[in-house]
Amino acid sequence: MRHTINLFLTLTAFWLLNSGHYSALMLSLGLGSIMLVLFIAHRMDVVDHESQPVHLSLKLPGYFLWLFKEIILANISVVKHIWLGNSSISPSLTTVKASQKTDIGKVIYANSITLTPGTVAVDLVDDKILVHSLLKENIRALEAGEMNRRVYQVEN
Amino acid sequence: MLIGATLAILVSMVLAIIRGVIGSTLYDRILAVNMFGTKTVLLIALLGFAMGRPEFLDIAIVYALINFITVIGVLRYSDSLAFNQPDEEKEPEES
Amino acid sequence: MDVAIEITSSICLLIGSFLCVSGGVGILRFPDFYTRMHAAGVTDTLGAGMILIGLMLQSQDFLVFAKLVMILLMMLFINPTASHALAKSAIHNGLKPVLDIKERNNTESESSSR
Repeated sequence: MRHTINLFLTLTAFWLLNSGHYSALMLSLGLGSIMLVLFIAHRMDVVDHESQPVHLSLKLPGYFLWLFKEIILANISVVKHIWLGNSSISPSLTTVKASQKTDIGKVIYANSITLTPGTVAVDLVDDKILVHSLLKENIRALEAGEMNRRVYQVEN
Repeated sequence: MLIGATLAILVSMVLAIIRGVIGSTLYDRILAVNMFGTKTVLLIALLGFAMGRPEFLDIAIVYALINFITVIGVLRYSDSLAFNQPDEEKEPEES
Repeated sequence: MDVAIEITSSICLLIGSFLCVSGGVGILRFPDFYTRMHAAGVTDTLGAGMILIGLMLQSQDFLVFAKLVMILLMMLFINPTASHALAKSAIHNGLKPVLDIKERNNTESESSSR
């Protein structure tokens, strides 16, 4: 029930921000379409704690701020190596262990790895993530495990 | 400044299209198309501001969604048929 | 105050344009598919982010601002998914990444002689 209400509020905010017309006819049409989406989502059985992670919403903003800082640093490094040329890069393919227990924690970790330029999560099997990285230093930073620890804290 | 940023986006779109034309594998081309789509979203938003009509942003949102669905769809198709390796995986009924 | 906002917005647009052109150069220069993916990641995250933040500073209307935030969030959530799907599909269909420096030089000379 909590997830349904959350989905309804999200869809309402999305519709109101996209529409910009607030006459009675438009609002009723918007309500109708929101109800249709809710009905279809219930039939597809996708309204649960994975598609609506409300239990994480308090901890996620702090993690996003840290991730944003990491993205800026990684961007600077990758752009530097683009202009330095091919001889300065050292691509590697390694396996990194994810210590998160739930699926959503692993997905957040793998997506954070992909979102940071310089590392791409290629495959995820059980708790092992196959990572392709542009530089050897990126892999070392991942193996030091700060991102892993922070996602673990978000999850718990 | 808006015009300058638009020109920079156009330059990088040209670079992405060059990679899409010469790209040696299928995945290089899909990557180039994906990057081209991302650039198009930015280009639409910038042009909307440069021409004083921010309503273009609606089109940019729709373009971002369509771009994502295109890439995922092409990848599903390439997975199911494996059309990128014709020398390794010959279908028996074709030969 | 308006001048300050204008200058900040111009700086953001300038950084974003530079990052986008750098990503375009990287996608042409890098030796194989997996490294090119990192170059595309630069334009997808901070390049797009900087340009959209520059536009956000110029927007007068609240709805326009909200739509720009929406586009930014969509890009940040969609692009890792697409990149991961691309990389996974590539490695499952047997595309090998170039890892060794000697091997890389060989493929470079091959591609330049072609």
